[in-house]
Amino acid sequence: MSEMHNTINEARQQFITFLSDDQEYGANIMAIREIRGWTETTPLPHAPAYVRGVINLRGVVLPVIDLKARLGRELTATNPKHVIIVVDDGSRTFGVLVDAVSDILTARAGEIQQTPDLARDAQSDFVEGIVVMEQRMVTLLSMKMLALSFAGPAEAEAA
Amino acid sequence: MDSIEVIKQGYFQECEELLLAMEEGLIAMDSGEADAETINAVFRAVHSIKGGGGAFGLTQLVGFAHGFETVLDNIRSGSLSPDPDCVKILLRAGDVLADYVNAARGGRALAGDYAADVVDGLAALAGGGAEEEELQEDPFTNMGFTPVTLDIDEPQADTRSGGWRIWFKPSGRLYAKANEPLLILRELASLGPTEVTSDISQIPPLDAFDPDDSHVGWTIVLNADVPRERVEEAFEFVHDDCELDIQPITAAVPEPLPFDEIPSSPPAATTPTVSAAVELSAKSDAAAAPGAPSPADAPKQTIRVDLDKVDRLVNLVGELVITQAMLSQSVSESGLARTSTVGNGLAELEHLLRELQEGVMAIRTQPVKSVFQRMPRLVRELSAQTQKQVHLVLEGETTEVDKTVIEKLGEPLTHMIRNAVDHGLEAPDDRVAAGKPAEGTVKLSAEHRGGRIVIEVSDDGRGINRTRVREKAVEKGLIPASAVLSDEELDNLIFKPGFSTAGQVSNISGRGVGMDVVRRSIMDLGGRIVISSNPGSGSRFSLTLPLTLAVLDGMVVAVGEQTFVLPLTHIVESLKPREQDIQPFGRDRTLLKVRDTYVPLVNVGALLGVAGADADPWCGVVILVESEGCGRLALAVDQILGQRQVVIKSFETNYRNIEGIAAATILGDGRVALILDVDGIVSRCRRQVGESNVQEIAATGTGP
Amino acid sequence: MGKTILTVDDSRTMRNMLMLALTGAGHTVVQADDGQHGVEVLAQHPDVEVIITDINMPRMDGYAFIEAVRREPGTRTTPILVLTTESEPAKKQRARDAGATGWIVKPFDTEKLVAAVRRVAP
Repeated sequence: MSEMHNTINEARQQFITFLSDDQEYGANIMAIREIRGWTETTPLPHAPAYVRGVINLRGVVLPVIDLKARLGRELTATNPKHVIIVVDDGSRTFGVLVDAVSDILTARAGEIQQTPDLARDAQSDFVEGIVVMEQRMVTLLSMKMLALSFAGPAEAEAA
Repeated sequence: MDSIEVIKQGYFQECEELLLAMEEGLIAMDSGEADAETINAVFRAVHSIKGGGGAFGLTQLVGFAHGFETVLDNIRSGSLSPDPDCVKILLRAGDVLADYVNAARGGRALAGDYAADVVDGLAALAGGGAEEEELQEDPFTNMGFTPVTLDIDEPQADTRSGGWRIWFKPSGRLYAKANEPLLILRELASLGPTEVTSDISQIPPLDAFDPDDSHVGWTIVLNADVPRERVEEAFEFVHDDCELDIQPITAAVPEPLPFDEIPSSPPAATTPTVSAAVELSAKSDAAAAPGAPSPADAPKQTIRVDLDKVDRLVNLVGELVITQAMLSQSVSESGLARTSTVGNGLAELEHLLRELQEGVMAIRTQPVKSVFQRMPRLVRELSAQTQKQVHLVLEGETTEVDKTVIEKLGEPLTHMIRNAVDHGLEAPDDRVAAGKPAEGTVKLSAEHRGGRIVIEVSDDGRGINRTRVREKAVEKGLIPASAVLSDEELDNLIFKPGFSTAGQVSNISGRGVGMDVVRRSIMDLGGRIVISSNPGSGSRFSLTLPLTLAVLDGMVVAVGEQTFVLPLTHIVESLKPREQDIQPFGRDRTLLKVRDTYVPLVNVGALLGVAGADADPWCGVVILVESEGCGRLALAVDQILGQRQVVIKSFETNYRNIEGIAAATILGDGRVALILDVDGIVSRCRRQVGESNVQEIAATGTGP
Repeated sequence: MGKTILTVDDSRTMRNMLMLALTGAGHTVVQADDGQHGVEVLAQHPDVEVIITDINMPRMDGYAFIEAVRREPGTRTTPILVLTTESEPAKKQRARDAGATGWIVKPFDTEKLVAAVRRVAP
């Protein structure tokens, strides 16, 4: 019994980590398609502020979400150094605007801690857990939850 | 999956096609339009389904199909005439057969007495042919196996013998059928050692020699202890085309066995009467078939392709179109004349690309027939359930629609037809009392219109009861009691969630949540649904759907900081408005005077919340457009940038449907521009005005 | 030794089943989906050694097909096996009168199919 428990805990996953507003976040590498530099987006009518608009990725039109704004803070003041992470969560392909990409880290499932459940804030919905690596704290985000930011009311209800 | 499983899956797919063909034929028979070939086709469809079913051991299906097939065979041979009652049973039998196929596909079994009434009906119809069946049995058992009956009397002598002595003399017919005595002799030789002696005594002199006839016989002594059946098997194919006598060789002969002379001509006496009927009709079939193969029958060559491959191709072609557009732009900007070699080359390229695009798109499209074809059965069932007489008219079944759209159309259409029959049509007595024919008509049609697909479901029933709709809406708090709504607005209330005017929840249409779900499905497909109704005369639902990937001819306009594209198909004209032509109307609306009429004016920038848009329409340009539901509309934009062909890029998968925006496109500079949806803009306008009206009313308690 | 066999049947499922069984036994298979098509294929494949055909088919049924094959000098002596069902003895007889060499009963047993082919072609 404890052996199996150990094996599950031993399963390793890889994450890409990135910076937004001086905090470090991570996302499962399986969901990441590519990294691109920032390009101007075409705004979408009456979209929430954190949806910056759409961009052209080799012929495919993708919506881009401003991570900082989505997590409850202000809109990013973009400059060419900012980065768009192209994510595929299985049902949608979209871009996430972050300040910079930092690292790739490998963590065992056992190393991922649940977030302390003090209060729900704007980012609670998206957080899957915390990993501590070399004294840095990385907050793991769910790309699936992020993708739902784009969903219409029907889909959001169903989820 | 192993090969058999693959073939089995293929069988179920084939069943779908066969069931469709069967239903088509039965419907033709029902409307009296069936000819011999149609009936044949129905028979063959059922026959093939049964055949495959037998191969996979689907006993229930085969059992039912057999009864069905027998009746069809009788009709096709002329011994049973397909009167209306008969055809009604056949139609139901067709439905039941489909049920068996579906059950088999899902690995389920149906109850032993499933559709017992249909089975009985078929049996009764086949009753006339029962005698034929019995007659047919006789020649089968008489075909040269008479010695078998003797075997029972003398078991030891026949089954355990020292060998067999066989006399075999083929007739000319045996050779005519490409049977080869040598092969038979070899087969016997494989059973054991044989001694073969030929009897050439019957060979006539040369001048009487007929090369097609047979004159040689053989005596074969087979010294092997094999059962009689095994010997007979070797002659299975030829026993009526020869003289054949098989005798056991035994060490001791207990009694002299009667030497049975098997007549050299087969017992054909019993066959003619039975096969005559079959022959006559079959001859007419044979005469009809090779002589007049109708063009529709010519089998089309098809191949199966992964949808992924097609999608990639479609995308590639889309990219080609964009690149060509960018090239054209660069070339024209570089000042090269249109009539130069480069200009001509480009024009040719554009032309070829258009053709390529049409061709590629056509791969993904399918006729709506596949969805429409489910409806007749649905209507039959509904008609029976509601006790109403319904006539279903289908139009435009060959209209081609993108495959992905077709798949999602089924449910909404089914729901609308259910509603039409359940709520729309009145009971036959009520109809007659109202001066209408007792039979109600439901019409389902599809056509291409202005670059979109328009599908309509209409009925000649009672129409929408606007008073009740209004009551219900007020009751549910959807509109304030004092609100004044136009007929059209009232009709469209039925699309609101939770709306249902059905007095009791009907078993068929469910809880009346149908219409809002239907509308959402259509909108998810990027389409619109509109209802128009005439109390007493009927209702009509119109669905418009876009062609999924298309090249659009559009007008590129600037609104504030953004660039948008307007589909050329909707544009009537563009003009520069004068300040004095612009009139406010009511609280929130504005009208534009165009020659002698007033047209609603929409400030696109304001409507869509575009940064930097001009607030004053007379500073910019107005584009007059035609919309589906509300006539003409004037769209105020900042300036017109040009006209070009754009490739439609959907962003719905990655985002969601936006009211007023049809899709996106990529301009020559690589940036994304949004394509406006005129009808969406109209509804967006209405919604906003409506909402502000409601807010106003809520705030002040008075109307606008 | 494998033969080149022409299978003629309007049912895709049946064609697939025959293909599977015959190629499994080492034969080469050519297909047609009705009698008319069968005639065309035969014209292009003079190497066909055995024909297996269904009876009920659109455009040209089995009987007409067999008669056409028997009329053509090149295929007059090509063995033809018809696919029949148990309950149609009259049809089997008619096929034989048209010139069929032998028959295979549907649903067919692979062994019996292969044996029937062996019986009519060396």
